[in-house]
Amino acid sequence: MIPEPLLPVFYGLVYVLLAPLLGGLIAGIDRKVTARMQGRVGPPILQPFYDVGKLFEKENPVVTVTQNFYVLSYLVFMMVAGALFFSGGDMLLVIFAFTLSHIFIVLGAYASYSPYSHVGAERELLQIIAYEPMIILTAVGMYMVTQSFFVSTIVASSVPIILYLPGIFVGYMIVLTIKLRKSPFDISTSHHAHQEIVKGVTTDFAGPNLGKIEIAHWYEYVFLLGVIWLFFAWNPLLAVAAILVVYFLEILIDNTMSRVKWQLMLRTAWITAGTLGIINLGVLYYLGMVVP
Amino acid sequence: MTYLQKSPWIVHYNASSCNGCDIEILAALTPVFDVERFGIINTGNPKHADILLCTGSVNEQNKVPLKNVYDQIPEPKVVVAIGICASSGGIFRECYNVSGGIDKIIPVDVYVPGCAARPESIIDGVVTALGILEQKRLAMQTEGSPAGTKAGEAR
Repeated sequence: MIPEPLLPVFYGLVYVLLAPLLGGLIAGIDRKVTARMQGRVGPPILQPFYDVGKLFEKENPVVTVTQNFYVLSYLVFMMVAGALFFSGGDMLLVIFAFTLSHIFIVLGAYASYSPYSHVGAERELLQIIAYEPMIILTAVGMYMVTQSFFVSTIVASSVPIILYLPGIFVGYMIVLTIKLRKSPFDISTSHHAHQEIVKGVTTDFAGPNLGKIEIAHWYEYVFLLGVIWLFFAWNPLLAVAAILVVYFLEILIDNTMSRVKWQLMLRTAWITAGTLGIINLGVLYYLGMVVP
Repeated sequence: MTYLQKSPWIVHYNASSCNGCDIEILAALTPVFDVERFGIINTGNPKHADILLCTGSVNEQNKVPLKNVYDQIPEPKVVVAIGICASSGGIFRECYNVSGGIDKIIPVDVYVPGCAARPESIIDGVVTALGILEQKRLAMQTEGSPAGTKAGEAR
């Protein structure tokens, strides 16, 4: 067996190796369910793997050379964020690495000369501004319940975190819509066929570079759904059920909502973070003083 | 079968078509025909596309944009001319401003005649294009693309 001190490394490696497979599968099921909701047959479950395989078969037309560096950094830092998370690392460090990876994709979009790419980059920044407070509040909420920022401690705690953080959970679900690039908040780029700004941040990426963005997105899926696990960590069966229900809800919202303007996205994300999140934390703080 | 044939992404350019063929192309995306079954996606961005679907008889105004869209598609790529106007200029071929067919501007691989071309024949044309796409990929592997690059290489 693996010695105790090496276990975090092992979990991190498992994430790096298996997350793309799981993430791609999730993306495939997502597309299938979306198609069924629209009364279509839909592509095969393995379609995302075919897509990325194809992208690596194409040539790589690079607009500016720095693009390559930014895209690779986006992928690598997404892997680092997820690996830190799954190896039981510090939640705050995970969030920093996660944000950094998104800064790289914004820089990549700004590196090209296309106005579509620039509009996409601006919108991606607005998305980061919108979801960041809620993600931080999620980490803070988990700290208030378990007295630790370390994922390993949070996941080992026998406290039903969801009962202490219902407001934070709802807030997290709302920013999850932004993070999964789903309607109504898919304003910087979208998985849907047609997009008002062509493809936003991904406009000037083609071939293998676009494939890397897609793989980074699969890593992101697994990491984001892993955070939902933390809310239900005391009961793994319930955690899996919660992830399935939340993801299904996201697909449903995606297919029933139209895209909103960035103002409404920012308002929605901040108002939920400001009310549900802060009130939730306030109540926890109060209870912490009353009930020792 | 390679990945390329399982995931052909399409970009559609309207070179002054009457919109008849364009409506039929979009019809292929509706639940009735549902081309996403074959992994086909209508991208709207030439840099993400593999197949260029082109409609209309090209004229002086849009032959430069058409060439531009074609050049932005990464190799390997194929062009499908949809409708009789795109194939030969159709009834407009004698007009003073009409070039007369897409193949006067860019190389065309598949011609789908019809006025307007039916969704079934458009899908058939795209499936034929997939075979040509695969040939081009194999050719690219051995001797490089027209732009002088191989798969995954930077242009």
